[in-house]
Amino acid sequence: MLGLLLRRLPYAAVTLFILSLLVFAGGQLLPGDVGRAVLGPLADPRAVAALNHQLGADRPALVQYGEWIGRFVRGDMSQSFAFRAPVAPFVGAALWNSLKLGGVAFTLVVPLGILGGIVAALNRGRLLDRAIVLVGLSATVVPEFVSGIVLILVFGIGLKLFPISATPPPGAGAAVQLYYLVLPAIPLVFIVFGYIARMARAGTVEALDSDYARTAVLKGLPRRDVVMRHVLRNALLPTITVVASQTGYLVGGLVVIETLFHYQGIGSLIYTAARGHDFPMLEAGIMTVGVIYVLSTLAADMLLAALNPRIRAGGRA
Amino acid sequence: MSAVGLPAARRTTLGFERLRLLLRSPAFLVGLGIILFWVSCALFGRLLVDPLADDILNSLAPPSAEHWFGTDELGRDMFARVIAGSRDILVVAPLATLLGIALGTALGLVMGFFPGWVDDVLSRIVEAVLALPLLILALLALTALGASNATVVAAIGLSFMPIVARTVRAAVMTERNLDYVAAARLRGESALHLMGFEILPNILPPIVVELTVRLGYAIFTVATLSFLGVGLQPPSPDWGLAISENYALIGGGYWWTVLFDALAIASLVIAVNLVADGLAEVAE
Repeated sequence: MLGLLLRRLPYAAVTLFILSLLVFAGGQLLPGDVGRAVLGPLADPRAVAALNHQLGADRPALVQYGEWIGRFVRGDMSQSFAFRAPVAPFVGAALWNSLKLGGVAFTLVVPLGILGGIVAALNRGRLLDRAIVLVGLSATVVPEFVSGIVLILVFGIGLKLFPISATPPPGAGAAVQLYYLVLPAIPLVFIVFGYIARMARAGTVEALDSDYARTAVLKGLPRRDVVMRHVLRNALLPTITVVASQTGYLVGGLVVIETLFHYQGIGSLIYTAARGHDFPMLEAGIMTVGVIYVLSTLAADMLLAALNPRIRAGGRA
Repeated sequence: MSAVGLPAARRTTLGFERLRLLLRSPAFLVGLGIILFWVSCALFGRLLVDPLADDILNSLAPPSAEHWFGTDELGRDMFARVIAGSRDILVVAPLATLLGIALGTALGLVMGFFPGWVDDVLSRIVEAVLALPLLILALLALTALGASNATVVAAIGLSFMPIVARTVRAAVMTERNLDYVAAARLRGESALHLMGFEILPNILPPIVVELTVRLGYAIFTVATLSFLGVGLQPPSPDWGLAISENYALIGGGYWWTVLFDALAIASLVIAVNLVADGLAEVAE
């Protein structure tokens, strides 16, 4: 286990290093003149030059990158252009909000998706199977803001069952916060459901067709025991990887959901920063997303290895 | 998996067999029908309806016999706007898909064909880019480039490049060591010829499947970017844009200004994915 972790860590580090180069290039070099981008096309050239000097944007790119990444790894994400304040507390608070929303979505979708996939596989070829596959496919491909709008129209405005904003009144308890997060979580559940159900179905179908499952049936084990004891344990391994890989997607989906439901998370932080040309905030937000993705992929690999002795022993690089 | 290596006549029969299988799948046919409907709306919609004709005295009218889908804040007919709104997304999304497939295929061919340090370096970069969600990549690119139809195509095309490259690279890896490539290599063909004329024709099936899947994502992404205000720009009657413009109104109960656009987007993405799914199943 430790060996595997040590083999993987350099890869994760290299990925993050390249990512930081890309983010820095995208956030600082592409807009050309940072001062101009912040102050707008009508600003006095002298003001633009002064701002560039103040921000250090008139120095060589390599120097700027070195300083930026050096501070970033120490937890200092520089100053926001828009708020004239350090970026880190904003990112921290937004990340916490997003984790709450993502947590609600995951708690709903993981059991639902796995259950859906298993039920479909056990009814393979029948109407129920086709219905689950079709619903899963449709739910997965419809953009979050589309399903979100329909949910708001039906449950928020029509039936008045749920609030149409995800932000609870200040000082609200955990139960109230949860209540405000149900409606925004559902579009995320829709998207992720299809992926998880598809993997769980494929894994279960494969395990049902295997020799050990047939042996178990032929030796007279009741179907229930065959499924519970032999099939599911083997079927759900690949599903874990999918669950982890969806973490990265989930953050992308949050951009839209948090905007739609007026929620201050990491997605809406990135969106607001992008619209406002607040590059330090944008870079910090995107790097945070990248770090989360790389770490969750690493965690998924570790978990898979812990559950599957073949990978643990095989030394797959 | 593919028909490679079979005599030409046998290959054609296989093609027919696959087509017959496709035409027997109801999901594929329904998807195809919906796509054809929206494509004809995109081509001929503006001959029949005018999405920009406003009638300010008749603004925010609910659905009626005169305005089937009601009117928006400027009194523009929502039915006309939904019909005409299919055009821009059906131009931008396929162009972005083609760009992404072309760039990704080129990159994937190079990565798969030159194992060693070329593949290692490019793989690391691809991996790093894939650590960012597609939407955030496109958002970052559009922030830097500014939003217009051309930059939306470029941003989505570039964002697709790494994931397409990964698929193509895997396909090239399995082909690279086959006898026909070795034979061509012994004839003294250049690397460019080997990649473009020997390997590429044989990995077309997975590329076509990837293309249909990417088209679904492209429509998803264009609609989402337009909703976020960095995609298609006014006065386009685009669906995602219309939802973002009218979203503030739904608190007042003007549900018709967003509902039909939402259903239009949903029907188009589901249709494209039904077709993609059908093709993927047959290609296997």
